[in-house]
Amino acid sequence: EKTRKGITDKIDDLFTRYGEIDDDLFEELEEILITADVGMQTTMKLIDMLKEELRIRKIKEVSAVKDVFKDVVEKLLVENGHTTFEVGNEPTIIMVIGVNGVGKTTSIGKIANLLKAQGKSVLIAAGDTFRAAAIDQLKVWGDRVGVSVIHQSEGSDPAAVIFDAVQSAKAKNADVLICDTAGRLHNKVNLMNELSKVFRVIDREYPEAKKEVLLVLDATTGQNAVQQAKVFNEAAEISGIVLTKLDGTAKGGVVLAISSELQIPVKLIGVGEGVDDLQQFNPHDFAEALMGTRNA
Amino acid sequence: MVFESLAEKLQGAFKNLKGKGKLTEKDVKDAMREVKLALLEADVNFKVVKDFIKSVTDRAVGEEVLQSLTPAQQVIKIVNEELTALMGTTQSKLKYASQPPTIIMMAGLQGAGKTTTCGKLGQLLKKDGKKPLLVACDVYRPAAIKQLQVVGEKLDIPVFEMGDQVSPVEIAKKALEHAAYYTYDVVIVDTAGRLHIDEKLMQELIDVKAAIDPTEILLVLDAMTGQDAVNVAEHFNEQLEVNGVILTKLDGDTRGGAALSVKAVTGKPIKYACVGEKLTDIEAFYPDRMASRILGMGDMLSLIEKA
Ligand SMILES: Nc1nc2c(ncn2[C@@H]2O[C@H](COP(=O)(O)OP(=O)(O)OP(=O)(O)O)[C@@H](O)[C@H]2O)c(=O)[nH]1
Ligand SMILES: Nc1nc2c(ncn2[C@@H]2O[C@H](COP(=O)(O)OP(=O)(O)OP(=O)(O)O)[C@@H](O)[C@H]2O)c(=O)[nH]1
Ligand SMILES: [Mg+2]
Ligand SMILES: [Mg+2]
Repeated sequence: EKTRKGITDKIDDLFTRYGEIDDDLFEELEEILITADVGMQTTMKLIDMLKEELRIRKIKEVSAVKDVFKDVVEKLLVENGHTTFEVGNEPTIIMVIGVNGVGKTTSIGKIANLLKAQGKSVLIAAGDTFRAAAIDQLKVWGDRVGVSVIHQSEGSDPAAVIFDAVQSAKAKNADVLICDTAGRLHNKVNLMNELSKVFRVIDREYPEAKKEVLLVLDATTGQNAVQQAKVFNEAAEISGIVLTKLDGTAKGGVVLAISSELQIPVKLIGVGEGVDDLQQFNPHDFAEALMGTRNA
Repeated sequence: MVFESLAEKLQGAFKNLKGKGKLTEKDVKDAMREVKLALLEADVNFKVVKDFIKSVTDRAVGEEVLQSLTPAQQVIKIVNEELTALMGTTQSKLKYASQPPTIIMMAGLQGAGKTTTCGKLGQLLKKDGKKPLLVACDVYRPAAIKQLQVVGEKLDIPVFEMGDQVSPVEIAKKALEHAAYYTYDVVIVDTAGRLHIDEKLMQELIDVKAAIDPTEILLVLDAMTGQDAVNVAEHFNEQLEVNGVILTKLDGDTRGGAALSVKAVTGKPIKYACVGEKLTDIEAFYPDRMASRILGMGDMLSLIEKA
């Protein structure tokens, strides 16, 4: 409580104080962004964009800077291709990938619930055959949201599970098949190859399905998330990011670096462990939260 | 890779300085900007970086430019020494209770690696001739108990559980009775992941602690954690007085600046490094290696010697 309040006070203080827009202000803003994991490079870029925008809009009062800055963050995200998460009418396969423990399996439960509520028929594939009790965990989520889980036993070949699940999705005319995968660090070449194999199975067995590849990132993660996005994006073109654990104190600012460098949009955010703790990503709210003015 | 650029940049900043006598504040300032960038890139906490840069600057200014070293390498040497000092210079071992059982309680954010690490510690201790018991106190996460059971089975270490309808405090107490009766000498308590700001769940940990008086409370921390690591560690430490930290997922390519941040703000030692998903992937933690890793410097000392 103490720490969070300290930060909020400081930010309010920063933008409401009297005086001129000076280097100190930019330096303090820089500090806020670095502390939110935005990273040095993107922070400098944002501050340059802000300066330019202030110049264009001829803004002189400190109190107006905050709103301009929010616009700048939003602009960066929108320019780099912000879109929301949507599943159309064609059959869709959603692959959920990411490093260990970020929230893939939990997010799948939430996404399945969301799509079901939209009237879609949903199937889940238990593609994590490695982690202890990963299949059981997914089955609990399946029961919770009323969706069948296609699975084999622990230790079986993930590509074989996905193969089965695709056949099943076709046979049942499912609208959406969501595939869980084992957590893997992006620097493990053999595990990344295993993932590529799964992607090939999907391409071969269900070429007409629309593919959505969601990379799950933990908002608590620092600059390594950029590397994660880069390397996973090489294995399969990522169509969106699910940014989890935003209910904590971490801001997940690294997605700004990812957006700016790789043009991968954040589509969904995770804000808790419950089935409804999933929201569409909103650039404006994100910008707001980045500066600690929301839920702080 | 980063070292290459950091070293090059430092070399550039110090061009023509060799044999010039003493380093001035201006000489050092440019170099420190590069060091600062490298540390922030490595996710070392902003405040920790600021303090660190100040102490390195104070030390480097006025330093004689030694004949054997170029100024750049000399600064690297100082940076490395200060980093290592901050990380702690000695290895810190697990504490055993004077009267068995030794009780180890895990705590940390969601997904940090607690359950896996319970198994890894059990494996280490068993190899050491101990008789460990794993205790399933995560009654929230779907299949958390099953996960610990699978881990226990792989290692042939028994798991004490009472399902997910009993409070963790109750489970922990009963586990101690069970351990006493069957003469287990180490009890490792898995707990549910939780946010450091979740008052209700933090209180639950405080209650478990009060009920079983653990020998060691270990904060399990993901090495990829960014700037928020200090927040997390401070909160857990304030409420639980942890004895140490276990750093996980160091098999990735993160620089792991969180390690430095957490050590700097809590003063608590990092006791183990986890380097993979296999239950044997746990190692002693070497502060000096971590310092080199954070700066991205591989085998730094040999580079310094080459100069
Ligand atoms: N606070 C919070 N916790 C979350 C969120 N999403 C997931 N979690 C928790 O994070 C932990 C890990 O989630 P999982 O869904 O198992 O993560 P995973 O990526 O499937 O993990 P692996 O399969 O082991 O790689 C669990 O305790 C989840 O309850 C979130 O948005 N907020
Ligand atoms: N690569 C790697 N993965 C790890 C390491 N330690 C744990 N993991 C993985 O991280 C994920 C989460 O581990 P868990 O042990 O379930 O984490 P937890 O803290 O118990 O999670 P919750 O109970 O949901 O809070 C799993 O996929 C583990 O296999 C490690 O050192 N390296
Ligand atoms: Mg999973
Ligand atoms: Mg666990």
